[in-house]
This record gives sequence, C-alpha cells and structure tokens, in this order.
Amino acid sequence: MNPEPPSQVVLVIDDEIQIRRLLRISLEAGGYRVFEAASGADGLAEAAQRRPDIVVLDLGLPDMDGVSVLKRLREWSNVPVVVLSVRDREDDKIAALDNGADDYLTKPFSTGELLARLRVAQRHARPPLDEAVFKNEHLEVDLTSRTVKVSGKQVKLTATEYALLQLFVRHAGKVLTHRQILKEVWGPNYVEQTHYLRVYMTHLREKLEQNPSAPELLVTESGVGYRLMVK
Amino acid sequence: MNDDVRADPDKLLEAIQRQETQQKRGKLKIFLGMAAGVGKTYAMLEAARKQQSLGVDVVIGYVETHGRKETDALLVGLPVIPRKVSEYRGVTLSEMDVDAVLARKPKLALVDELAHTNAPGSRHPKRYQDILELLDAGIDVYTSLNVQHVESRAHTVEEITGSSIHETVPDSVLDLAEIELIDIAPDDLMRRLDEGKVYMPDRAAVAMVNFFREGNLTALREMALRLAAERVGQDVRDYMQVMQIQGPWKTGHRLLVAVSPSPFSAQMVRWTRRLADSLDARWMAVHVESSRAYSEEEQGRLTKNLALARELGAEVIATVDENLIRGIMRVARQQNVTQIVVGKPAREGVWKFFRRGWIMRRLVEESGDIDIHIVRADKTEEPKAPPVFRVPSQVAWKTYAISIGIIIGVTLVNAALNASTSIGYRALALNFLLAVVVLALFVGRGPVLVCAALSALCWNFFFVPPKFKFYIASLDDAMMFGMYFVVAVVMGELIARFRTQEKAERRREERTTALYLLTRELADAVTLDQISQIVVKHVADLFQSEVAVLLPEADGKLSSRPRPGSTFNVSAKEYGVATWVFEHNQPAGQFTDNLPSSEALYLPLATPGGVMGVIGVKLPHASPLTVEQNNLLEALVRQAALVIDRTRLHEAAQQSNLAAESERLSRTLLDSISHEMRTPIAAIASAASGLSDAGVSAKPQVTQALLGEIKEAGARLNRLVGNLLDIARVESGHVKPNLDWCDVGDLINVTVKGIARELARHKLEVVISPELPLVRMDFVLMEQALTNLLLNAAFHTPPGTLIQVSANPGDGEFALTVADKGPGIPPESLPKIFEKFYRAPGAKTGGTGLGLSIVKGFVEAQNGRVEAANRPGGGAAFTIILPLAEAPAMAGEAA
Repeated sequence: MNPEPPSQVVLVIDDEIQIRRLLRISLEAGGYRVFEAASGADGLAEAAQRRPDIVVLDLGLPDMDGVSVLKRLREWSNVPVVVLSVRDREDDKIAALDNGADDYLTKPFSTGELLARLRVAQRHARPPLDEAVFKNEHLEVDLTSRTVKVSGKQVKLTATEYALLQLFVRHAGKVLTHRQILKEVWGPNYVEQTHYLRVYMTHLREKLEQNPSAPELLVTESGVGYRLMVK
Repeated sequence: MNDDVRADPDKLLEAIQRQETQQKRGKLKIFLGMAAGVGKTYAMLEAARKQQSLGVDVVIGYVETHGRKETDALLVGLPVIPRKVSEYRGVTLSEMDVDAVLARKPKLALVDELAHTNAPGSRHPKRYQDILELLDAGIDVYTSLNVQHVESRAHTVEEITGSSIHETVPDSVLDLAEIELIDIAPDDLMRRLDEGKVYMPDRAAVAMVNFFREGNLTALREMALRLAAERVGQDVRDYMQVMQIQGPWKTGHRLLVAVSPSPFSAQMVRWTRRLADSLDARWMAVHVESSRAYSEEEQGRLTKNLALARELGAEVIATVDENLIRGIMRVARQQNVTQIVVGKPAREGVWKFFRRGWIMRRLVEESGDIDIHIVRADKTEEPKAPPVFRVPSQVAWKTYAISIGIIIGVTLVNAALNASTSIGYRALALNFLLAVVVLALFVGRGPVLVCAALSALCWNFFFVPPKFKFYIASLDDAMMFGMYFVVAVVMGELIARFRTQEKAERRREERTTALYLLTRELADAVTLDQISQIVVKHVADLFQSEVAVLLPEADGKLSSRPRPGSTFNVSAKEYGVATWVFEHNQPAGQFTDNLPSSEALYLPLATPGGVMGVIGVKLPHASPLTVEQNNLLEALVRQAALVIDRTRLHEAAQQSNLAAESERLSRTLLDSISHEMRTPIAAIASAASGLSDAGVSAKPQVTQALLGEIKEAGARLNRLVGNLLDIARVESGHVKPNLDWCDVGDLINVTVKGIARELARHKLEVVISPELPLVRMDFVLMEQALTNLLLNAAFHTPPGTLIQVSANPGDGEFALTVADKGPGIPPESLPKIFEKFYRAPGAKTGGTGLGLSIVKGFVEAQNGRVEAANRPGGGAAFTIILPLAEAPAMAGEAA
C-alpha cells in the first residue's frame, strides 16, 4: 500500500488573524499543512525555517510592503507565491507579479479559487514534465509539432499569434501581466505598446474561442493581464 | 419747538455711552490753575506720589520742573520715561515718547502742560492728542493746564490781559476730565513771582510782568473757578441723566451760529459754545455758500472756523443760497432751531451799515419765534472788509472790456438806426435793454451791472433830447430813464443770480452724479479687487490724485501691499500711518491733526461694523479740500466701505451655506449607509446563527439556503464598501486614471461576467459596432462604471425586461450606452440624477444613491462625460462618452 504522499506545506503570511483562521480551515480541508506568520519579517523567517512548498502572502502587511517581502524571498528561493490583495490595488498586484509572484487573489475570494490557484502555481514550480500537449475542452495544442486544433479542426495561426499562445500554454492557468506578455512575445522595447496585445488577443480569441465575445479560454484579468484557463 | 421735559433718549444714550467709554478709557485729571506758578506741577506730583504709595504703577511721561527745588524733590522715586529727542532746523527738541509710554503700560502717567504744541515731525501736532492716545490705551493721565489755554476761554483772556494766546486745548478734552483746581490768592502769586519762584522764559519777561497784574489775576482766578464749577455742574447733569432724575431740565434749546471766513466768526463760535453750555443745548454752525468766490486766505479761515466749531462740539452744516438770511432761516427751520446767533461788527463803514441794518431787520422779521442773539465784535479782530464789488481776477478784466464793448456797439447801431430810420429814441432803449439781458446770460454780476448802468447813461447822453447832454428835458423821458435804469439793473441782477443758482445746482448735481456712478459700478463688483479698482478710479478722477487702497489680510492686520488698481505704493513709513488709521478709525495724514507730515491723506473705510480698511489719497493741492470736496470724499469713502463690508458678509454667508450643505449631505450619507449596511449584516448574523442550530444544520436544503443568504449578503456588503471607497476617491480628487488601449468588447464581457447573478433575471443584449477601434480608457474604472449602470438597470426595471448594452463610435468620441425598458426617469429628475445621494421621487427604495455619481466621477476623470435620457419607446438610457483617439500604427508581420 502506498503511504499517503506527505502533505504539502503552505506558509500563510497575513497580519489579520481572521484571514489566517479562515485560510487555515480552507487549506487544511484541501489537504495542506499550514504554518502562519503575522508580519513580513516573521514570514521571511518562517519561510527560511519551514521551507514550505507554497506561500500565500498578503500584500497589505503592516511592517513591510508585500513586494519587498517577495523580493527578499526571491533572493534565495523559487517557492511559488500567491499574493492576496483587494480591489482597486491593481498596481500592487502588477508589481507583485512582475517581481516574482506567481498569481494573485482578490479578497473576498472563494475557497475553490484559492485551491485552484495554488495547484496551478505548484504545478508550474516543479520542473516541467515535458508537457508538450495542452488540452482544455475544445482546444488542443501540441508544442512539439506546433499544431493547434479547435474542436478537432486545425487552425492556422501567424507566428506572433502562435508565440502568444505558446506563452500562455507554458504558463497555463497562471496569470500573465501585460508587461510580461509584451516582453516575452514582442521584446523588451514593446512593454508599453498595449494596443498590440489587445489586437492580437482579439485575433486569437476569434480563432480559438467558441464564442469570441464571451471568451472562456483566454480570460481577461481586469487591470492586470490575461490567463489561459485550465480545466 | 420745545421738547418735552423728559429724558431725551438720544441724550440718555450719549450719557451712558460716555460713561461706558470712560470706564474703558483711562481717566484724565487736569490740575487747573489761573496762571503759571500757582503750583500745578507741584500738586500733580504730590498726588502721583500718593497714588504710588497706594501701590499704583506711576511713571513720568513728561514733567518740566524748570529747576524749582521743591518740585524736583518730588520727582524722587518716580520712574521717568526718557524723552524723545529730535532735531529740527539745527535746534534740539525733546518731547514725550508716546510709544515708550504705551509700551510701558503704566496705570498712571504724568504729562505736564496739556496745551503744549509738539515739535514738528511728532505723531500729533498737539500734546493733548498724545494724551488722548494714552487714555485710549487705558492709561490714566495727570496733566496741568492754565485757564488761558482753554479754547472757549482763550479769547476772553486775551481781552482781559491784552496778550495773545497761541496754544489752546479744545473744550471736548476738558469734558473728559476730572478737574482739580489749584487756587491761590493773587497776592500770594505775585509774592511768589517776586521771590523768583515762577518760571518765566526770558524773552517774555516784559509781557509776563504785564500779565501778572492784580486785576488780571483776579479775573483769571474767577474764570478758573467758574470753569471748575461748570464742570461739576456737567457731572451732576450727566449723573441725573443716567439716573433718570427729573432735574431742572432746561427745555430743549437748539442754537445756530452763522459762520463765515471772517475771523469774527471764530469769536462767535466760541460765544455760542458758552451759551450752549449754559443752556445745556445742542448747537450747530452753519455756513451759507453763495456765488461769491473766496480767496485762498478766506477759504483757509473758513475751514479753520468750521473746524473750531466742530471741535467745540457743534454740528456743522453747509448749505448753498444766494441770500444769507434765506439760507440761515431754511436751515433753522429744518433743524428746529430755537436761537440764532449773529454778529454785529464794531466798525461800520457807510455801506456796511446799510447792509447790516438791512440784514438785521430781515432776520428779525423772518425769524418768527426764533430768538436772535446779536453778539458784538471785537474792534481789533475785524480785518479790512473787502468792498462788495470786488475785482475778482485777471480774466474778469476781459469780460468787462467785452461787455462794455458790446454796449458801445449797440450804441453805434442805435445811432445808425436813429439817423437812417424814423425809429424814435424811446424805442432804442429797448435795444439797450435787450443787450443787457443777453449779456446777463453770459457774464457775471459785476459786468452786467456795469453795463446796465452804462447803457442807461449812453441812452441818456446820445439819444434822449437834448442829445449829448446828460440833462433830460421832458418829464416823461426822465421817468423813462429812471425806470429803464431800475429795470436794467434788476434784470441784470436777477439773471445773474439765476445763473449762479443754476451753477450751484449743477455742482450739487455733479456731486450726486459722482456718487451715483460710483455706487452703480460698485453694485456690479463682486471681488475685493474689482471694488478697490473701481474706487481708486473714481477717487483719482474726481480729485486728480493718486489713490491706494489697503485692506486687511486674513490675520486681521492691514496688508502692506496696496490692492491692484492702486496708483501708488505705500512706503514703510506711510504704512505706519495707515496702520494707525486702521486701528484708531480716524483720518490721518495730509491736512489732518494726526501725522500731518505724511505724503498722503489716509481715511478709514469705516462702517458701523468696524473698519474695513484704509484708503490713501495723495492730494496734489497745497491747501486742504473745501468743505464740499471733503463731504464728497467722505461720502465716496463711506460708500466704498459699505460695499466692501457687503462683499465680506456675502463671503461669510456663502461659507456658512457651504457648511450647512455639507452638514446636510453627511447626515444623508449616514442615514442611507447605515441602512444599507445593517441589512446584509443582519442577514449574515441570523443565517449564521441559524446554521449553528442543530435542527437546522440537519436539513441540507435549509443549510444551503442559509449559506446562499450569507454569500449574497457578503457580496452586497462588499459592493457597498466598494461604492463608499469609490465615492470617497471621487470626492477627494484621488481618481488617477490609468489610461491604456482597451478592447470595449472585453470590457463589457468582463463586467457582465462579474455580475452574472444580479443580471440573471433580465434579458441582456450586447451590440458592439464592428468599426469600434481600441479606446483609451482606464479598464478598472470603466468596469466599475458599467457595473453600476447595469446594476441600476437591473434594480429599477421589472424582471424579464430587456437591458441593452451598445458601443458605438462617433465623431471623435465613443459612446457606451446602457438602455432599459423600465419606468424611465421622471423629467424633473433628469438634471439632478447624477448628484450624490439623489433619488428620483418614486424610485424603488434601496441602495445608497451613490452609483450614478460614481459613474460620473470616474468617467469625468478620464475626460469623458455622462448623459441620461428617456427613450422614446419607454425606459431610460445612460450613456458614457469618452474621447476617441487614433491608435498608433502597428508594424505588420510576416504571416
């Protein structure tokens, strides 16, 4: 009989005790072992000590600003980090994502969303298991052969469109900021040229979505970026 | 004309106010003596030492002992404020340092010689004015005074002693003071003089000896005693007035004295003051201005006489009338005067005798039941009275010449007519008469009368038989000549008088017009800058001078920078003068008693509510303004002050309106927020408590339902908090849009997904124009705005109805519209619908009323606008309009 795989360890860094309590309940129900820290400094210490598999970091910490915690953490660890923020703090979220966070959640969030994002983040943290094929409902992408099929039918994409899709597939399930996308697909000189992104997203949606005006695959993350949904 | 024998409320108020100001002001005690050397300074110092021993803080402001040992001895122990030393034309002068005394703030200050004139360059020309300032500051003052220096007595003293009095103190100052009489017998004083105990400046030695004669001293002593007694009487009367004691009130007399430039007027004014005092009556000084112009010297004397009257407590009235008697009587009737004071000159030339007699008789006849006092003039005073027909000025010569020339011309014409036609000599007289009448329309009185006479003589000489002789043959002709003469003179006189009346009327009208124009322009002025510009313009124009307006800053102190529009800059020294005016609410500067060596005249802009500011006028003339000019200036300044006050009050009213409005809004906010918040909280609390109940948690349906309620309540609370934060951002101006190229379809999609549950009961239709390019907007703000519009539509329309979202490009703009098929917006609400907390009457209750104002705030922060309208087929349509810009070109790619 296979022993139960050891539980994943999650470190929750949040100054609000109510949030920590709630997260503990949800995460333990999801099978995680939970450690808590109430401040940025404590969080960094715990991270060094406990070596968690994933970190949930609140951006509204009292002692250190969330992005600084992230930067310090990233100096010596690649542990996946999901940040928590509130509405109207898009700039904070973008800064966090650009500085090494893997994903974000806007309070109030549902438990399901939380667990889903954690799973995605962890999956991308492990060394890629040669996932050359991406499948999601109607979309199938084969990275080795560079073929894209929608509902079984092959679809022709331009080089840029493919590069864009490829980026999303490689980060399937994770949010990508506009800057990140522009930098990866068009190059560092294009990070301000959002209109390129908009136009190509529209093209991509036209070609890949069942209902381009109500996209289910390539989803807009309001004010932050885009996300390729996984099942 | 007699007032009732009861307390006159005006007088009562005056007396009470007097008492009140007396209490706040310092108290003045005057040590009064009949002459120098009676021991006033000595007594003053003694009294001060006594006060000091009682613990009062006493200082010496200015005391002159003249080296007398006994007096010097009393100085020991009393702190002395060092005098202010100044140099004037090489002579070192020392005066009391008023500022030092004010700064020292003693309880009691000793200042000798109340009547002293200060050195030029001092703050005030006279020491008594310095003392008034000390009193205003609450410092008590002891001072000394000789009876000869009292204004109303000065003239009498001059008469008695024969020496002229140069320095006087107005009676109004004595009215404020407690008088302590220092009395010694004349014999004693003369003995002291012999002993050398009386100070005498060497030059005046001879005059002084003359002065110190027994007869003089006795008379002076009596005057001093009487003065002191009168003062006591006044105190008693005041007391009786305040206590409402029915004393032996004199019936309410009112006195009137006619004032002219004659120096005799000054005497009469003083005499009237004494009469008014003894009758306890009000009195006024009246100047009747006629067409006769005054020389500058006369003007100066007139102003001084009127100023004297004012100082002595009279009300000064100026009026215009050709006829002196008529003018006086008019004013007398208007003001309910009971007694008129006129003067009769001592020396009378023949002509003056006639005039005077005539005036007297007229006056007595016209006066009806008004008493007339005829006061004798002093022989030495009256200067040589100028003859009635004065030669006015150089230019007038020309007028005379021209007029005479015209008469000569007419004579020649007449001669021609006489010679060539059958027109008789009698008819020609009418030509002359016509000429005189026409002349009267253009020239002054003098030339007209000359011509009238000349024309009569010409007619006589050249035309009336026998010709070329002044002798008249027939009786008819003689009578005609006589009548002609009379008629010509009378006509000329009447027309000339009429013209001067008209001129005077026009002058008065000009004055009224000036005031009217100023008032009219000021009525339109809104800001203080506008007001000061208008005032400066008018005053500068009318008085040909430079004007500056100074208004106080927020801290209450006068600004040192003149308001825009002012034509001269106020130097630091002048600023001190202006500040003084501001604080004391009295004019200062040129031609006033306060700081007369300033560059300009500074007037306070005063209203009953206080001093609004200061206006400085740099008068170009070397001599002071006439009475009329002064009145005009005062009226303009008063008007300006009122308007400034009005502006100030208006601003204050607006502030208080704003405060009231914001008060109302915060109350509304609290009410609606508290309701909106409590409802979901109540739902959560009760659902949660339900879930913890064992009986409920056993039923999964109930559990699910309660959980649903909690979720919904949570979402609602979240939205409410979001709205509050949004509106706070909008209100505080913290909405900084992150403008970027966005896809409108994406926006609509994301928004709709976000409120899918709330929109579930409605049909939603989205129409996006295919030509719609990328739009520059803040995605997050627009998402919130669109959310609010959709939620509004869903909330206010019946379930099942259609909600349409459409996006269309326009001319440089892009329109995003949310239209519903609900009840629509009541027309009267349309303009107000985007206001905070506004609820259309009849709308469903619920929500905070903030949604639309958030939409407006967010859209306007992106340089857009919002519109609301009713749809023709029913329902409401809300449109967001944003500017459409050209998207930058994109590089094509290799396919």
